[in-house]
Amino acid sequence: MADFETPELKEYSVIPKYKDGTMGHSRPFVSRAPFNEALGYPDELIDDWKEKAIEKMGELQSKYRSVQVYLDICVKCGACTDKCHYYLGTQDPKNMPVARQDLYRQVYRRYFTFAGKFFGKLGIPGFVGAKELDKEVLDDWYSYFHQCSECRRCSVYCPYGIDTAEITMAAREVLAVVGMGQKYSNEIIGKVFKIGNNLGLPEPALADTLEGLEEEVEEDTGVAVKFPLDVKGAEILLVTPSADFFAEPHVDGLIGYAKVFHEAEVSWTISSYASEAANFGMFIGSYENMRRVAMRIREAALELGVKRIVFGECGHAWRVAYSFLNTLAGPFDFLDPRYPVPQHICEFTNDLIKENKLKFDKSENDHMTLTFHDSCNVARASRMGSEPGGQLKIPREVIKAVCNNFYDMEPDTIGEGTYCCGGGGGILTDDLIEIRVKGAMPRMQALKHVVEENGVTHMAAICAICKSQFTKVLPYYGFTMDQIVSVHQLVSSALILTKGVKEEAATEENAAETG
Amino acid sequence: MHVLFGILFYAAFLLLVVGLFVKIKQYAQTPAPLKIPTTPAPVTKLGVVWRMITEVVLFNSLWKSNKWIWIFGWLFHLALLLAFFRHLRYVVPSDWFIYPLINNWLVLTAGKYGGWIMLFGLTGLFGRRLLVDRVRYISSPSDFAMLLLIMSIAVTGVLVSFVFKDASAVIQLKAFVIGLITVNWQPVPDNGLIITHLSLVLTLMVIFPVSKLLHAPGVFFSPSRNQVDNPREQRHVAPWARKLESGN
Repeated sequence: MADFETPELKEYSVIPKYKDGTMGHSRPFVSRAPFNEALGYPDELIDDWKEKAIEKMGELQSKYRSVQVYLDICVKCGACTDKCHYYLGTQDPKNMPVARQDLYRQVYRRYFTFAGKFFGKLGIPGFVGAKELDKEVLDDWYSYFHQCSECRRCSVYCPYGIDTAEITMAAREVLAVVGMGQKYSNEIIGKVFKIGNNLGLPEPALADTLEGLEEEVEEDTGVAVKFPLDVKGAEILLVTPSADFFAEPHVDGLIGYAKVFHEAEVSWTISSYASEAANFGMFIGSYENMRRVAMRIREAALELGVKRIVFGECGHAWRVAYSFLNTLAGPFDFLDPRYPVPQHICEFTNDLIKENKLKFDKSENDHMTLTFHDSCNVARASRMGSEPGGQLKIPREVIKAVCNNFYDMEPDTIGEGTYCCGGGGGILTDDLIEIRVKGAMPRMQALKHVVEENGVTHMAAICAICKSQFTKVLPYYGFTMDQIVSVHQLVSSALILTKGVKEEAATEENAAETG
Repeated sequence: MHVLFGILFYAAFLLLVVGLFVKIKQYAQTPAPLKIPTTPAPVTKLGVVWRMITEVVLFNSLWKSNKWIWIFGWLFHLALLLAFFRHLRYVVPSDWFIYPLINNWLVLTAGKYGGWIMLFGLTGLFGRRLLVDRVRYISSPSDFAMLLLIMSIAVTGVLVSFVFKDASAVIQLKAFVIGLITVNWQPVPDNGLIITHLSLVLTLMVIFPVSKLLHAPGVFFSPSRNQVDNPREQRHVAPWARKLESGN
């Protein structure tokens, strides 16, 4: 299938011995013109890249407490060394979280600390783990900071909570500033600025797609479930990853949200201007670009005059939405204060389930036995509901409300310790397929256990990246691509539509035409 | 000799205090522009205090991570604390009312045997650094050197306490230390081991603010551990980020 070997799945997890340089060749395409202009980055490596890089490092240390503190306080205890899925899948020592950070920290130590400068002058910077910044180091950065999915698993196990994602973001920002940005992320951010979503789906195409979905659902169910676009005065603005508009199994999730909104009898709309939940600004560590992407949501909410914002199933997007949106694009005092801003679709659905407002026929999902993959950034960088850990509980409650057969994977592979799918944080691109496949190994191993022991047939997820990634990598491990499903796809299958059945359907159609 | 030592002690102490002050000020003043607690995280300030206590006192995350590092690391730090209490009798004047709280069987015995616990923990950490391939890979010479330095301090301490006991030198030591505090310099104890012990401690004091030993104050400033998980309820904006808003 490819020119690399898919890791073998073992009966129990073993911590592999390291093998130097197994992934040193892995490099995504470098971003070139015309993708950088809109983001404000140079198109190729600038002449004074070294000075610029060091200057940028200094700036980032002064702007981010996380970067400054994390660079200083790592004691090299080794607690994180076996926690990264990319290390477990590749055995490359530079994929151990601390070693990945050290690629950056060694330069920090050399130019910003007394110890590094002192021993650097003596000609032995390596004594204190310091190193000159040269092209080789920069290439290492490019390679290995694009083998981190910013999943934060290391930060759970670090005695000081050191989060490699923060260092990865810093390194990527430095790289972008000197002209070594990553094509995949930069191109996508450019599309959002220009068109409104990652896929570059313009308004007419989006309208067409949504209309097609309406027809499809009506054919299926006989009920006119609406997929409104740019409807002013709607109660809810739905912001969802653009993959939901056509990719499988994402789109089945979108149909699920629409059915839930339909049953809740609440007016909602998608915005063609902010038709993207994902925010790749985070992946490249750029506050400014992340903010520009986020502001589109605020602008759309104001323009459409909605009262609430609900996010669809998406992992890193939910991190930016839950943790950062208020910071980046708030305050949202123009929205209905009775609801959190933003709300996750799982929170929305779960509330309705708790209020007994949704009727399900769970047997519709009886052909499946399910497990749930906690998406890294939902589990470790966000929350749902009012209690800590709601982000782990609520999706499971939703699944259990609509399915009869559910088994969790091994405890240390889910929840706060969940393994990333292997494709998050700007890695979900074909030029990085090897690291994606290898990074999926720990999750595939955990999945294999429940498949063999509990007869699990499908894995549900609430993240567009997870879904796309698994669709692609499941076959490498002997599974089939359709074994990954959306949570709201399960909701969609089991939900009994009670509103607008038969005679009411006609009037709703009229309403939509005028809307 | 005692003049040289006195000056060195003042210099080391100054470097330690000023160095720590500068770093702590830097940590405190550097903004954390985004909410990044590692979740599930506490949703109240009190909850964060509790989280921090479990981290600092029990090494909670390390426990989840690796039981061997936890055992060695936690015992070492516990022993540090015990040794610290035992050494208080050298800096607290004998006529102070708290002196009996410091100079009693429990504190002194715990501190004394703490030396062995410390060596056990340090040996374990050193062994891991040497023998576990992953930990060896991430270690710099300075990581080994720092462990050796603290081990040497522990060894000299244990030797004075258990093998080469020297009651008069201990009394001299107290006089020397109080002399430093009151700027009434007294002779350095006439004991090679104690002088070595003191010199090593001086070195450690100097290294502290320019090394990874900054993890001690730093952990309290770790945003992934010290932030309240309430971004939807409370808007959190850094001063430099607010400037972007006015430009919009």
